[in-house]
Parts: sequence; C-alpha cells; structure tokens
Amino acid sequence: MTMPLMRPKRKNPVLRTRQMNLPPWARSRVALGITAAAAEGRFELQVCEDCAAVQYPPREACHRCLSPRLTWREQSGEGELLSSTTLHHSNDLFFRERLPWRLGLVHLDAGPTLMVHLHGEVGEAPARVKVGARLDRAGQAVLIGFPNEGSAHMADDKMLREMTSDPKFRKALVTDGKTELGQALVRALVQAGADIVWVGHAEPWKKFGDGLDDIAALPQVTLVPLDLTNGRSVTELAGEIGGKVDIVINNAEVHRTFGIGSRRGTDVAKAEMDINYFGLLRLAQEFGPALKGRSADGATGASAWVNVLSIYALSNFPPHGTFSASKAAAHSLAQCLRAEMRPAGIRVINVFPGPIDDEWNQHLPPPKLLPATLANAIVKALRDGVEDVYPGDVAQEWLERWRDNPKVLERELAAGGS
Amino acid sequence: MASKRSSYEGVAVAVPVTVPYVRYSTRGAHWFLGQAVEALVQASGIAKDQIDGLCVSSFSLAPDTAVGVTQHLGLSPRWLDHIPTGGASGVMALRRAARAVQAGDADIVACVGADTNHVDSFRQTLGSFSHFARDATYPYGSGGPNSIFAFITANYMRTYGATREDFGRIAVSQRDNALKNSNALFKKPLPLAEYMAAKPISDPIHLFDCVMPCAGAEAFLVMSEARARDLGLAHVLIRAGIERHNAFADDPVMVRGGWRVDRDDLYAQAGVGPADIDFVQTYDDYPVIVMMQFEDLGFCAKGEGPAFVREHTLTFDGSFPNNTSGGQLSSGQAGAAAGFLGMTEAIRQLTDQAGARAVPSAKLGLVAGFGMVTYDRCLCTGAVILGRSE
Repeated sequence: MTMPLMRPKRKNPVLRTRQMNLPPWARSRVALGITAAAAEGRFELQVCEDCAAVQYPPREACHRCLSPRLTWREQSGEGELLSSTTLHHSNDLFFRERLPWRLGLVHLDAGPTLMVHLHGEVGEAPARVKVGARLDRAGQAVLIGFPNEGSAHMADDKMLREMTSDPKFRKALVTDGKTELGQALVRALVQAGADIVWVGHAEPWKKFGDGLDDIAALPQVTLVPLDLTNGRSVTELAGEIGGKVDIVINNAEVHRTFGIGSRRGTDVAKAEMDINYFGLLRLAQEFGPALKGRSADGATGASAWVNVLSIYALSNFPPHGTFSASKAAAHSLAQCLRAEMRPAGIRVINVFPGPIDDEWNQHLPPPKLLPATLANAIVKALRDGVEDVYPGDVAQEWLERWRDNPKVLERELAAGGS
Repeated sequence: MASKRSSYEGVAVAVPVTVPYVRYSTRGAHWFLGQAVEALVQASGIAKDQIDGLCVSSFSLAPDTAVGVTQHLGLSPRWLDHIPTGGASGVMALRRAARAVQAGDADIVACVGADTNHVDSFRQTLGSFSHFARDATYPYGSGGPNSIFAFITANYMRTYGATREDFGRIAVSQRDNALKNSNALFKKPLPLAEYMAAKPISDPIHLFDCVMPCAGAEAFLVMSEARARDLGLAHVLIRAGIERHNAFADDPVMVRGGWRVDRDDLYAQAGVGPADIDFVQTYDDYPVIVMMQFEDLGFCAKGEGPAFVREHTLTFDGSFPNNTSGGQLSSGQAGAAAGFLGMTEAIRQLTDQAGARAVPSAKLGLVAGFGMVTYDRCLCTGAVILGRSE
C-alpha cells in the first residue's frame, strides 16, 4: 500500500528553494527509441524481424542473429522481479537528494533482464511485476517496475511523483476559462485534487456567462484577468502568481475557418497568430522562468506546461488553412520551449486534438472530441507523465497516416479527405 | 570442440612492482605509469631501451592509449598492446605478453596497470563507462556497480542461503592479510562485528563490501625463462591460462562466471587439480564474486560457497589462503591496477618476496581476473596458474 500523499505544509518563504539537479540524461541515439515511445505512454523494446528476439539494452544489431532489422514493438512488460535493492548512497546529485531509492532487476517474460525503478508496492523478490516506461525529470525514458495490481493511492508513490506531474495538491493556471474546453479542464483539475486553479479570462469587465459563473463558484478556483494578446496583461499576472504556479495549461486559441482564397486580407490570420503563436511566446517568456525556478520544490513543485495544439499542426488542413498554420507555428515554438524547460526538469506536454465539438468545427462530420473527453485526456497525460498526446479517433488516425507517409497525407488533405 | 591451447612453457614472469597507493592524487595516470616503469628498470637492472614490449591497462589515460605512453615515457617497443578489460587485465596482459615472447615478437615485455584518482574522477568514470551503462544503469542512480552487485548478491543469498556473515568472513580475512602488507591503505583490523554494523550502501551491499577507489600502479616483466635466468631475476612460470568474455549471457542474473566454462581446460593444461593449488588471488570487487570464484574455479560445487568459507580460514596462514595482499577490499582499488594486484602478489608469494604474509611452502598459485560491468554483470573473466621455478 502506498501512503496517501498529505497536503504539504505552507512553505517558509525565507528558506532557499531547492534547485533541480537532473538525473543523468545522456543516452545513445539508438536508446532514444525507448524515449520516443515513452513520450506517448508506450513501453517498446527492439524486436528482431528475422529471429524475433526481444533485446535490451538497445543495440545496433540483433545479439542473437546479428540482423540489423530491428523494430520497436510494444511490450506487455510482464516479468519476474529477480532482485531488489535500496540505494542509501549515490554519486548522482538527483538521487543523492532523494535517498533512499529502490531499484529492481526484472526478468521480462519476453526475454531480457532490465534494471528498473521499483514502485513501493512491489514486494520482495521473487514477485510478479509489470514494467512500464516513463519519462524521468530529464525527459528521458526510464523503466519502472509496477505491482500487478496497484492500490488506490499508487500514484502517490514518492518515486512515481518524481516522474509524473500529477495535479494532486498542485496549483494550476488554465489560460482561458471562457471556452467549454477551459471549463472542462478546470473541473477535471479540481477533481484530480488540484489545490488552486487560476482561470484566465480576457475581458473581465464583461458579464461572465453561465459556464464561467459555475466554475468561479468552485472553492479551488480563482478567476484572473489574462489577455494573451496583451504583453502587459501577461506580465502583470506572472508577477502576481508566477511564483506559485506548478502547472500551466495554455488552452487559449482563436479558431476561424477558411484558407487563403476565401477571405481577403490578413486580419483574421493575424488574430489567430496573435493568440495561438505570439500568445504562447508571451506566456512562455513571463511564466517560464518562474516555473523553472521551482521545479525541485518538493513533492508538489512546479512540473509541467501543457500546450493545446491541434492535429492540424502536423499537416495543413486547407478548409482551416490559416488556423493550421498558426498551430504549426505554435508546435514549432513548443519544441523550443521544451528544449529550454528541459534543463530545469519541467515537462512540456503537447496535445494534438482532432476537431473539438464546438462552433468552429460545425461543418465537420463526427467523430468530434467532446471538451470533457479532451480535458480528461490532458489530466491523464499529467498523471502518466507523457509529453505527446493525440486524443481521440481522428487525431489517432491522422497521426498514423502522417507517420506512414506525410506526403500521401498532404495529397489526401488537398483532395478534401479529412 | 575448441582447439587445444599450446603450452606457455619457456616464459618467465618476474619483477613485481607496486607504486604505493594514495586515496587521491593530483598527478595524472602517466605519472603512475612512469613510476611503475622506472621501478621495473630499477628492480631488474634492465635498461629502459631493452624493454621492447609494452602492455598498458588504465581507465584514466584518456585521450591517450598505450600509444601515447610510448612517447610520454620515451620507449620504442616493437610490440604494443592496450588492454581494456579492467579487473581481468592482469591475467590478459600476461597471456598476451607470454605469446609475444614465445613468438619472438618481443624479448622483454613490461605489463603495467596504472590509474590516478582525482576527487571527482570516480563519478565521471561511471557516467561514461559503457554504452549500456549510460543507457540502462546510470540513469537509475545506481552509482556504478554497487547496485548491480547488490542484485547479484541478494539473488545469490536467496538462492544458496549465503548470509552477510559469510561474505564478512572473506572481507575480515583479507583485512588480516592486509595488516602484513605495508602498501595496503587500510591499516586497522576489521572485526566481523564492525563489518556487520557498517552503513548500508545499496542493500545487501554495505560499506565493507565495497572497494575504495584510489591511485596507484602495479607492474611486472615477462621474458623468456632463459633470459630471466641469465639476468638472475627471481621468476615464476606460467602453468596455464584461460579467458572468456560474455559467458552465460542467457542467465537472467549472474550466478556463475566465465571461469566455469574453461576451468577444466585450465587445470588440464597445468596438469594439476584444485586441491594442488596453494593459494588463490581472486578478484574481489565484491565478496559475492570471490565466493563465486571459489565455486566456478572448482574449489567447491555451485552453491557450496557459503559452507566453504565457514569451513576454511582464508588468511595467508590459513587452510585456504585467499588474496594474501589484502586484495583490493583492503589495499584499495587503484583502477586498472586492481586487475594486476593479484598477479604481482602471486609472483611475490612464489619468489619468496611476500615477507610476513608468505604462504608457507607455496608452489602453485591461482590468479583470477574479472572485469568490466558494462550492464548487469562483469563480462571479462580469466585465470592463470603460476608455478614456482625449480
């Protein structure tokens, strides 16, 4: 059983905030295959296409038959714990600051032996375990031995909290509370145990309207004025709450339909860019440094930044052409943000939803993503510690087509095939 | 069936030298190499120019290898080797040097294991030790091989019923031996109670199961028996030698080492059995590995290691002398020199240079090597049997 995480005591502002020392992040190129899968929540190992051997650590050739034809395949992770140890000493600062730390040696049913971080609910060897891959605070994949059946509080495990960005007892900012998605996000965060949810609304002088009134009535919620097109508004809010926010969720967006020929001028495209791209840039410049400064601040330290992008960021969807372009720009900037946040151990989660069931996707046929479904997928991503999320059937299908052949997808989309 | 190995006859091993160990040094590895070669020259009376073969093992030479060492020390050998097998490098240096001498590729080969140790070098070595370590163990905070050997030890204890006291017997006896070795870094007796009460590092590994990294060097010369006799150098003969890499790769966790594959071959080549061996110098990075060597080299059956250490006294004057210098557990682990420590000690024992820790009337000694934890076990194993020159 995992002891439920208790609400941390109020912080003494005089004490120095512990700074992040990342766990070892260097990996060979071939080993990054595990990271690529773990970034989406899968545990994959190299499998030989010729002799079917499953191998670990990753190699450049099959250790049985020398074939270079190695494919990454998802693994069940079922295996036997052969041995465990608790570190009371480490030369690495990250672990030294977090001792004692439990490790295991697992013999996977599929063949290889793995060194893993061990969840506290796994008993002494021999024991059945299920291995999964997670991103650690350096953003690199590590393997974790989980109990076959976990308890209700297993997410509160000390080691696991270091890998994930569970909203429980954390403080979050949702940049736009006016949309259905924004409100669904607030509800999902509150349900996940978030301590405080700050909710941005761009025009505080206007009447809130139904949804926002309901959200504002929740005890965890504080509405804050935030207009991402206005640098001063972003700076002011960052000055007020930047040092307290643990999770930033940027869901503010402008979405208009049409491509190039159906609308004259650049005003609408500029408005999309101003929120979808420059808005992210303004937000990142103001909130990024504060988040980085508190990334090792105990069990509820700053941990994640979520960007709600669009599956159209991967390949332009001409009926929503300028919107696609703004999301592609935001995606590119989000990769830059991820690189800049990595040294502090802040995870940047990019979410690529298919069409959301809202007024701007009115003409698109189902399936469309319900705001609540997307909100739950985002909270799940925080809990599972993944960094790329493609929620919903449409996004999954686009992703598959894009991975298979981006050029073919471009032609299909140009011909109107969504 | 592998072909039969030809004999090592006619080859002499002589002039064991030790550059005294220090916990930390501000000198580079080349300094310790230079001191070792100088000591070889001084102790043998052989001119530096007559050394025409050089075999080097070191972790802290980078970016140099044995190649750079030749220019650094002004040597011009006609045979050169660099051995990256760490704890197995002494055995492997000897095997290669002996063949060079037999083939006439070199007349006098200097084999040197040397390393420096700066305050932060151990941590830095760990992070860049191997591809697999970087990808699959270092990110787990394991602090080098400690947790790998914790897994191996825990598994061994569970499978074969070994206790911490059993491993303690090995560490305590080696400390007794070290007290007779002025070069050992540890100078105080280690009572079993103190071993048991030591702080945990990565359980079941505790402080006195771990070696202490230090700086230092070990070296010896290999030449023909005739040459050694002409020079009047006390020397030993190579009765047999084996090595093996990446053995038993399908064992999910290490319970046996590569010695098990080749040991019959080893004893057959020497024409002796385990009972004829007067002392052993095992590789002692962790006591569990010493116990495995007792088993895998045929001194007892697999799983009987715990009973074996309970039945025997392991000190230099005991019923089964092991690591008579104190081993690296009590002398210190001077990087790759630790792979040479058993060799220099065995040469001393068989040439009456072991002083107060001499094994009474020792004629045959076995030296085992074990090196390089690239992922979940050590990959390189080797052993030689050395005999007194009559």
